[in-house]
Amino acid sequence: MAKTLFEKIWEKHVVKTIDGGPSVLYIDKHLIHEVTSPQAFTGLNNRGIKVFRPQQVVATADHNVPTLNQHLPIKEELGRKQVEALVKNCAEHGIELYGLGHPFQGIVHVIGPELGFTQPGMTIVCGDSHTSTHGAFGSIAFGIGTSEVEMVMATQCLMQSRPKLMRITVDGTLNKGVVSKDIVLYILSKISASGATGYAVEFAGSAIRSLSMEARMTICNMSIEMGGRCGLIAPDETTFSYVDGRKFAPQGADWDKKLAEWKKLFTDADALFDKEYHFDAADIQPMITYGTNPGMGIGVTEVIPAADTVHESDRSGLNKSLAYMGLQQGAPIKGQKIDYVFIGSCTNSRIEDLRMVASFVKGKKKADDVEVWIVPGSKQVEAQAIKEGIDKVFEEAGFQLRQPGCSACLGMNEDKIPAGKYCISTSNRNFEGRQGAGARTLLASPLTAAAAAITGVVSDVRELMN
Amino acid sequence: MKALTIIQSRFVPINIENIDTDQIIPARFLKATTKDGFGKNLFRDWRYENDDESKPRTDFPLNHSQYTGDILVAGKNFGCGSSREHAAWSILDYGFRVVVSSFFADIFKNNALNNGVLAVQVSDAFLEKIFAQGPDTELLVDLEKQSITILSTGDSAAFDINSYKKTCLLNGYDDIDYLLSMKPAIEKFETERG
Repeated sequence: MAKTLFEKIWEKHVVKTIDGGPSVLYIDKHLIHEVTSPQAFTGLNNRGIKVFRPQQVVATADHNVPTLNQHLPIKEELGRKQVEALVKNCAEHGIELYGLGHPFQGIVHVIGPELGFTQPGMTIVCGDSHTSTHGAFGSIAFGIGTSEVEMVMATQCLMQSRPKLMRITVDGTLNKGVVSKDIVLYILSKISASGATGYAVEFAGSAIRSLSMEARMTICNMSIEMGGRCGLIAPDETTFSYVDGRKFAPQGADWDKKLAEWKKLFTDADALFDKEYHFDAADIQPMITYGTNPGMGIGVTEVIPAADTVHESDRSGLNKSLAYMGLQQGAPIKGQKIDYVFIGSCTNSRIEDLRMVASFVKGKKKADDVEVWIVPGSKQVEAQAIKEGIDKVFEEAGFQLRQPGCSACLGMNEDKIPAGKYCISTSNRNFEGRQGAGARTLLASPLTAAAAAITGVVSDVRELMN
Repeated sequence: MKALTIIQSRFVPINIENIDTDQIIPARFLKATTKDGFGKNLFRDWRYENDDESKPRTDFPLNHSQYTGDILVAGKNFGCGSSREHAAWSILDYGFRVVVSSFFADIFKNNALNNGVLAVQVSDAFLEKIFAQGPDTELLVDLEKQSITILSTGDSAAFDINSYKKTCLLNGYDDIDYLLSMKPAIEKFETERG
């Protein structure tokens, strides 16, 4: 029988299915960080049990870490205690920790792939909704709550109901200045922030196939912003050559065996989905959000929609959103004054993102009244950027290259955007207060963010490209 | 987990769609290492002016003394965004046992159920009927019968819940107890897949 990619992976991981209920799903890899794990460890300790398969868990500290002076203790007491609890818990349970100061430390969804911990055909979870990122390798990867983190620690399994299946196909060639972030913001603007709730989403089509692994990760990362349980892309030569040779990747004969299995991971020609969307890459222009959920996006040259043209799911909340953002229906977004530029987060902080920005800004200077933060996703990304001289390009442009972490994506650590200020951000969420209480977030690609850094206003990057 | 069978109570209405977990509990309050005490920061930035507890926003339902009870009623697509279980903990810690909406985000729904908070999904039309009621109206949520009733009008609606999850909630069972009992089968699965 014809099967989808999702079904092929899912079926290989079902330990048992309860009649009329969920399945006991085996989890291959578990990533943990300091914010969503402490209560899970407490739960295990209260039961007097240890982590069942510690060698299948990797930990890092990312959400609470400062992005300047990481060699000093974390100033904020509660954040510091959370990071200290992670160190203690990992030591007690025999879990590999890439904590502050370690050459592999970084955002959990950046280090998993770059270490080869993330591989095709796996089930991967983390107490973090952006775990969907890892689906770019052709794996079932999804975010879980802390009770579920405890379940995986205790048994390497979860109780899961199989989601419905959706395929989003994007065919064609991308326009100048359009990158993977624009694809996913475009899809979001068409199907809304709840358009994929209840579904596992496979991204397919020639425009998706043409993307690098970094670019594919950006798309799968934001599948949760559509409400998707997970996002995934069938692995191909691009995937295999990315994984090959990384720290945790299979070696020698094991590699050959795994590669043969991975090559079977694709959706069969006549497999069925519960829902399908088709988009044409030629219709996509550089995108930006104007509202307070990631589905509220438009092309940079478009005007902010009125209540009668906005997606129906955003109609009732449009006025509240625009009041928060200080923006007007019918006004152009291009030319909107920007105060901060944040290039980072698990969506867009990989070496390719930094290269893209550096190549665009080389020889240019930032606008005087804009603060620009570049936050690499990991120590390895930071080291590579320095090796390539990208740090010098940023320095000359007046951009500040900081140290790895979640940074200004979520208003949790020291990096916050002040109330009322506008930040063009390569992160994934523009919710009220996401980047700090009262902060106003405009989501965009690294290129569009870099263009705003140079001009000080929302700009069409195509007009600034050589 | 605390069992849940029948809840009869007044409700707190928050008639806003797409309420994300950053609104339910902002990230700066996720720094605890226990599950307690999150209720005081539930909807923090909608509850207070400029993060100041001495300045409650008068237009927010949680600050109206006439709105009370064990049931939170909210607009469509409740709990989207971050997977933070702190959102479910803050709702439970504040005193809610049931959340009613016309659509829930997946992860939130699981997190709520794992903490004994029932997510009741109703139609848009039924949700509107609830929002149209005054603050004295009581709702009756019966998990065994899978029904929700507006007591003042007698309007009633059925809701879905997975039969396994229903049994867990009616009896206060945790998934983790079940999974731990599955250990031999899990180990056999690991051996057989190689």
